[in-house]
Amino acid sequence: MSSEKKKRGGPAIPKRLLLTIIALVLLIIIDVIKDPSFLHIGYVNGGLNGPLIDVIRDSAPFLMIAVGMTLVISTSGIDLSVGASMAVAGAVAMQFMHNTNGTGLGSALLAIVLALGVCALIGAWNGLLVSGLGLQPFITTLIMMLAGRGIAKTITSGENTSAVNSAFSWIDTGYVLGIPFAFILATLIVLAVAALMRKTALGMMIESVGVNPEASRMGGLKPKRVIFSVYLISAILAGMAGVFTTGNVMRVTPSQTGLSYEMDAVLAVVIGGTSLLGGKFSLSGAYLGAMIISLLEKTIVWLGISNAATPAFKAIIVIAICVLQSNFFTNALKKMRSKKQSKAAMTAAREGAAA
Amino acid sequence: MAETKPIVDMEGITITFPGVKALDGVSFKMYPGEVHSLMGENGAGKSTLIKALTGVYTIDDGSIKVGGVEQRFAGTGDAERAGISTVYQEVNLATNLSIGENLMLGHEKRNKLGIDWKASHEVAHEALEQVGLGYLDTHALLSSISIAMQQLVAIARASVVKAKVLILDEPTSSLDENEVQRLFDIIRKLKSEGVAILFVSHFLDQVYEISDRMTVLRNGKFVGEYLVKDTPREQTISLMIGKSMESLSDLEGGVKQTLDEYKNHKPVLEVTQIGRRGEIQPVDLTIRPGEILGFAGLLGSGRTELARLLFGADKPDTGTYKLEGNTLTVSSPYIALKNGVAYSTEDRRDEGILSELSVRENMILALQAIRGWAHPISRKEQEEICATYIKALSIKTPSTETPIKSLSGGNQQKVLLARWLATSPKVLILDEPTRGIDIGAKSEIQETIVQLARQGKAIVFISSELSEVVRISSRVLILKDRKKVAEVENTPDFTQGNIVKIIAQGGVNENVK
Amino acid sequence: MSAATVSATRHTKKKFSLPVSKIPAVVAIGVFILMFLYGQFAYGKFFRLGTVSTLLNDNAYLFIMAVGMTIPILTGGIDLSVGAVVALSSVVGGSLAVAGVPWYLCALIMVLVGSVFGLLSGTLIRYFDMQPFIATLATMYLGQGLAGMISTDPIQLLDGNAGGLRNFNYTFTLYDGRKANDLDVSVALLIAIVVVIFAYWVMHRTRSGRTIYAMGAPSKQSADLMGLPTGRSLQLIYLLSGTFSGIASVVYVAGVGKAQNVMGQGWELNAITCAVIGGTIITGGSGYVLGTVVGTLVYTTMNLIITRDGRVPSTWMTIITGIVLLLFVVIQRLIIVGAERRTRTATLASAQTVDPSAAQTDVSAGAGAGTGTGANSGTGTSRPGAAQATQRE
Repeated sequence: MSSEKKKRGGPAIPKRLLLTIIALVLLIIIDVIKDPSFLHIGYVNGGLNGPLIDVIRDSAPFLMIAVGMTLVISTSGIDLSVGASMAVAGAVAMQFMHNTNGTGLGSALLAIVLALGVCALIGAWNGLLVSGLGLQPFITTLIMMLAGRGIAKTITSGENTSAVNSAFSWIDTGYVLGIPFAFILATLIVLAVAALMRKTALGMMIESVGVNPEASRMGGLKPKRVIFSVYLISAILAGMAGVFTTGNVMRVTPSQTGLSYEMDAVLAVVIGGTSLLGGKFSLSGAYLGAMIISLLEKTIVWLGISNAATPAFKAIIVIAICVLQSNFFTNALKKMRSKKQSKAAMTAAREGAAA
Repeated sequence: MAETKPIVDMEGITITFPGVKALDGVSFKMYPGEVHSLMGENGAGKSTLIKALTGVYTIDDGSIKVGGVEQRFAGTGDAERAGISTVYQEVNLATNLSIGENLMLGHEKRNKLGIDWKASHEVAHEALEQVGLGYLDTHALLSSISIAMQQLVAIARASVVKAKVLILDEPTSSLDENEVQRLFDIIRKLKSEGVAILFVSHFLDQVYEISDRMTVLRNGKFVGEYLVKDTPREQTISLMIGKSMESLSDLEGGVKQTLDEYKNHKPVLEVTQIGRRGEIQPVDLTIRPGEILGFAGLLGSGRTELARLLFGADKPDTGTYKLEGNTLTVSSPYIALKNGVAYSTEDRRDEGILSELSVRENMILALQAIRGWAHPISRKEQEEICATYIKALSIKTPSTETPIKSLSGGNQQKVLLARWLATSPKVLILDEPTRGIDIGAKSEIQETIVQLARQGKAIVFISSELSEVVRISSRVLILKDRKKVAEVENTPDFTQGNIVKIIAQGGVNENVK
Repeated sequence: MSAATVSATRHTKKKFSLPVSKIPAVVAIGVFILMFLYGQFAYGKFFRLGTVSTLLNDNAYLFIMAVGMTIPILTGGIDLSVGAVVALSSVVGGSLAVAGVPWYLCALIMVLVGSVFGLLSGTLIRYFDMQPFIATLATMYLGQGLAGMISTDPIQLLDGNAGGLRNFNYTFTLYDGRKANDLDVSVALLIAIVVVIFAYWVMHRTRSGRTIYAMGAPSKQSADLMGLPTGRSLQLIYLLSGTFSGIASVVYVAGVGKAQNVMGQGWELNAITCAVIGGTIITGGSGYVLGTVVGTLVYTTMNLIITRDGRVPSTWMTIITGIVLLLFVVIQRLIIVGAERRTRTATLASAQTVDPSAAQTDVSAGAGAGTGTGANSGTGTSRPGAAQATQRE
């Protein structure tokens, strides 16, 4: 009985996770067919290396924004400003280390705190406008998506600022026990967010507000605070994503850093099985979704396709998944099936009559 | 009249929603030049049948013929082209456009350069004149006129689209007596022009005044078709609810014994002059533990608005609020719940259930809200709460993890009741807790409410069914036109009729001018 | 209730009064004039034919895009793909022209690229229930990606056939003033004028246009329940905005004489800003093509002033645009909230004016005149309601 209960409870998510894992494996197989060295894992300077290791290291920023976006979308909102927030975070951190010539660990930590702090302000701004004033999420965050880059440019005075700080760089490029530290840290952050969602009641409250804010309010929840919190969390996580990406090259390019990451985030959410209409969310789905994006990016490079074409692939995947999930598609499928069945029944009947 | 061919001929209509058969093999016929009423209690399938006829829902089984031609409606546009026009209870016109634009939408007069606005407004003006609204400026925004007028504009639109069948779904619920008479004049005029009119109203007197024939539905099934003039009202009512008149009067006055017990208690909730501009004029009320205070009044009388003020869903403009002697500012549902006031909303779908969430989550939501997000209710405690209430309220659900949307209306309502009870409220406000659920579940819920009162809860009970209010309330607060007009003890000789009289007179002792 | 309403409506009929929905556009005209006066006063050389000509000719593409953006916004939708369509269309047209395809054919193909993208967005929204901002976000990245696939280098349109595309920038001098103070009209501007007239005609003189307005009504199911062809109109909306972006691409490419895959980035924000300044409500239902034209004038004049001023760093431009857009959206929001409050008060007024004697005679009379419009004035989502009308499964 109890096992049956569980099955009834949530069959959708495990099945979807399975599909996601299959997609991951398929992508790897494609890469291996192109060049078997994709699976090669080496060990140099205290760390593993190889294409697959690159994939998990590079997944760090995707993991951050995917988790943030999942929460925002769960409240039936959207945060288009994550890419711009990454640029702002990168600009703050780089400009700070550049200006202070800070090369030590303390300087790196201060840079991160500053970057995340500024992103928290961005998130609070978005959250206030959406929850307090009731503006539409897409327009509010679209403004920030474009103005955010202006802010990043203003911080760096329009330059591409570089800095030298081995500790900051180590966050993205370092290793612990041979595994990229970026991946470990990102995973830990995702686990922390998951704990925040599922070990407290915040996760349920977010889902509840996403399903129906007015009914949630009548149930005693405070939808405004819940909505505010998701934009705050999303922006802070985007800031962390900015730290990862700029840590890799130790340079911020205000017009390029984090560009089109909002699409990656939406893609991860869609792959992860959270409905774009809000409601129930799956962080494990988002986690795998982020992995797929990282692998997809690598695959595109591996297959020798131009970088500039990447957004097209992502867009096609988003469109394909949305189409497959739509009522129109499932209805058409049902109709086809029932037609087949009725045809089969008719032939069976005819055969029966003939006999 | 009956000898002519039917304009609408629906046979064996079946519509299934996930888990419910909303319509089960229903037949329905309408003839040109008649007013036909569709009768049935809430949840009988009236609106589903209308939506099948207007192309909003596609039918799962059966056939629809309009003017003898078999139709398969894929959308509202198809139905309109077949000559079926609908005026819904909530006006469904574009309030952002002008009166004339609304009348002509999709039927604008055109010349070589596209829409000829002058000609279009002329036609619109003529259509308005036909319904006696010729004085309206067709260029004025629709939102600038009252809802009642908008309703008449919607009817005028039917003449623009040259409807053969006009469906009026609760058209009178927001009209006053003069407006109702005006509407009836228009209906008679259209009828004389050969239009078939489907009239749906929960005002029995209006049905008897205007209709020729009626079809009665009960629980999604066809009960019968009757000539109005040959069917006494009592018979119609018993056809609708499936019980004889004798058993009806048995039910009435069945409870009523909580009356004496509460009198010794101190009031738990006292409000004075609580009101909100545009929604409810200042009201005084007191409620004691163990008492059921019924709110009686018609749609739009302000009963829900008053309940929302008591719960903090809307902020009152005036008045003081005292709970167990302490003055409070109840500015949000959270504060109300925290202090022991719970409110089960009238609109279960939009303001009650969280459709995608599980029965368990729906049940613990309010309790969790009170405790705050940082103090989660342990899984074990959640399971205990669920087990307790599933048993106590005999909720039928496959498991606690089933999404609430797949439960029947009655069970959804019980889950919501459990949600409020889990917060151990001192005052429980129930707004239409029995609406749209089947009779069995209805009496169960009524019984539960009485029991809760016996356990010492103060209950506010709101229902549009006056018989229900009289059946279980200890006191009745009567509202009319967003104003409290009377408050009466529900003594054994007090009946529905008394309430009706009070509403009609606008008070108990007031002398009518 | 009728007495009061009757006299009110009669009154408005006699007296000319400005419809509420047109006020923002009129205000925008005022702002435009003030800005011009300020420009003249602060920097000089504003009231010159040359200045006006440049302003109009150089921004012809923006007029076209902003008008295109107005249409989806009227229904509460949005088209985020307009900038990407400009990029893709320019790269397609540019490479074809360089490859020797006749320039007029290139221009036609550039417009069609926009149409195809519009059709795609419309289909995703109509049949696959995607929210407009998600669907057009996807087509935006699709456009950017495809443009990047074709070419990441700027394609210069020099002489010969490729230069032919620049014909759209050909300028007629209508009045030859002194010191380069000419009144010039470019082909691009003429195209923009034709587009504006066409858009105005579609929105105000065709049934499809009226359906689009009706779809923006506060109650989103209304248009459906009135039997209007909403599905087809959804498709038309995005077809129009896509096609207009294609035309804008032709005009812009002709002006700058090159095509590039990074062209048009962020233009969606500019187009939205122009529409919103011109009085189009971002949540739909109210707005005018001509209002957007005025909005674009205000926006471009603002840019002109900022450029003339020279003290504002160029990195601030998007921030300023963002702030202006936000300001307008917030004002709209406050106006709407205020209007809801007024309706609430008005309801009470009408309830109180009911003649009490009317309701004495019959049971049924008790319904009263109150209507309960305010009952659901909370933050309410429209999702459950909207789903109910259209989809059953």
